[in-house]
Amino acid sequence: MSSAVTETPVAQPRPGKKGKPALSEGKKAERRLGLLLCAPAAIVMLLVTAYPILYSVWLSLQRYDLRFPAQQKFIGFANYAAVLTNSYWWTAFGTTMLITVVSVAIELVLGMLLALIMHRTIVGRGLVRTVSLIPYGIVTVVAAFSWYYAWTPGTGYLANLLGPDAAPLTQYIPSLLIIVLAEVWKTTPFMALLLMAGLALVPDDLLKAAAMDGANAWQRFTKVMVPVMKPAILVALLFRTLDAFRIFDNIFVLTSGANDTSSVSMQTYNNLLKGLNLGIGSTMAVLIFITVAILAFIFIKLFGTAAPGSDTGGKR
Amino acid sequence: MAMQGAITAGRRTRWTLVDIVVVVYALVPVLWILSLSFKTKDTLDDGNFIPRAWTFQNYADIFQTSDFIRALINSIGIAIIATAIAVVFGTMAAYAIARLDFPGKQFLVGISLLIAMFPQVSLVTPLFNIERTLGLFDTWLGLIIPYITFALPLSIYTLSAFFREIPWELEKAAKMDGATPGQAFRRVIAPLAAPGVFTTAILVFIFCWNDFLFAISLTSTNASRTVPAALSFFTGASQFEDPTGTISAAAVVITIPIIVFVLFFQRRIVAGLTSGAVKG
Repeated sequence: MSSAVTETPVAQPRPGKKGKPALSEGKKAERRLGLLLCAPAAIVMLLVTAYPILYSVWLSLQRYDLRFPAQQKFIGFANYAAVLTNSYWWTAFGTTMLITVVSVAIELVLGMLLALIMHRTIVGRGLVRTVSLIPYGIVTVVAAFSWYYAWTPGTGYLANLLGPDAAPLTQYIPSLLIIVLAEVWKTTPFMALLLMAGLALVPDDLLKAAAMDGANAWQRFTKVMVPVMKPAILVALLFRTLDAFRIFDNIFVLTSGANDTSSVSMQTYNNLLKGLNLGIGSTMAVLIFITVAILAFIFIKLFGTAAPGSDTGGKR
Repeated sequence: MAMQGAITAGRRTRWTLVDIVVVVYALVPVLWILSLSFKTKDTLDDGNFIPRAWTFQNYADIFQTSDFIRALINSIGIAIIATAIAVVFGTMAAYAIARLDFPGKQFLVGISLLIAMFPQVSLVTPLFNIERTLGLFDTWLGLIIPYITFALPLSIYTLSAFFREIPWELEKAAKMDGATPGQAFRRVIAPLAAPGVFTTAILVFIFCWNDFLFAISLTSTNASRTVPAALSFFTGASQFEDPTGTISAAAVVITIPIIVFVLFFQRRIVAGLTSGAVKG
């Protein structure tokens, strides 16, 4: 934190900030105030995440089925063995991964296009920006119902386009495609906004200079814009990937997990609320948590300093 | 821009076309659910994008059932309370993070980041059991608490970005004039931060309003079921009557607040989202 002011060094000289000598009264007061101000947020966040996660680990080591409470007992890693050898879990895991990778890849391309459009358009910029925020704001369940009805024979204009007997939501591949479509539609604006913030950082002079030197549009994009935007791109990818991995609402409404389209979140939900099996549910919860941690770790390794939060020293 | 030359009619037309594509893409599902909500029972299955026969019956129907109204009240109450608390706590923490020097700051920033990336479903099972034990299951508080938790990182990131843009001198001047740090915060910084706080509140509200996973897992009756969760139960409940029209009408009703926010505060929402996520 001692380099907190490097970003805007002129505007923010901080009294009593330099060096390590004994803390002045003001300094102590500042520390107290800081801790005091952060305490409520920190307590809530820790209480509602750290404790439940530990409790979840504890539950996952037990046979704990609310339908047979008498049989509750500690069984070590048996739940993990049960889940990890179960084909339903791996199907859901594969489906979730597939949906995540495909939808994030499409979103990146569409989001970049949309960002460029929002950044560059010469007509109706305000309108485009406003309208493209709507999918971000819409309740996912509402959007999912819209897609559901659109692809249901009878109520759906899209299903009707496919022919009189088409029922895409009852088949594996078409269902997956529709789930990805719903996911992409909903979250592309978010991706685009993050990328647009990155685009705003690209200096016009650099682009002009590149154009002078004879770089065509594609070269300007790959050689000038993308490198400057790299941190924004990685942040957008990280957030979207972890978010997509949690996919639940869309699948719940579109297929309710039929035809092997369950995600890991759906599986956990089903075990918990339909099966009332806390042991298995917790095991899945822990496995999902570990997967997300691994994904985040990989991303942050790739990021280096671009990770939000890792560069706080330079920014705060 | 590289080509700052005259804007030709051709370029203008091309951009107009591109913009139309974007607008259509963004609005199609919204318009479809709107269309379904205005269709009569007989024309629901005709697949026409524009209803042949218009009716408000679906809206009348949902407002006649206590279930929907109750869910709407739950949604509004829970989202507003969670937003208020998350924004107050978030403002305090974000101010401290942006302006003060104290031990444990990095830790708090790290925790926020972790929670922002946290798989919500991992909390559902333990919270389900904890809330049953504490008697919080199927209560407003049972949803408000997790919402606050997941809204806090969002508010902390967004607000600390806003706080950093407020000139530091103002606060220094206030302290010079004898104000304590607390007074400087209340009298000088808080009013300047109000737009940022407001933006954050909108983002947090949208988040709470949209939640489905917690809403469906931590509630069981209409005592606390929010609209997104209630919507999904319309389907199962009426086996003999096609609920498409009523679901659509209910969906439109809960979309209205979001559309209003987006229309009026587009600039702020964009600023909040981007500053929170990228500059954070």
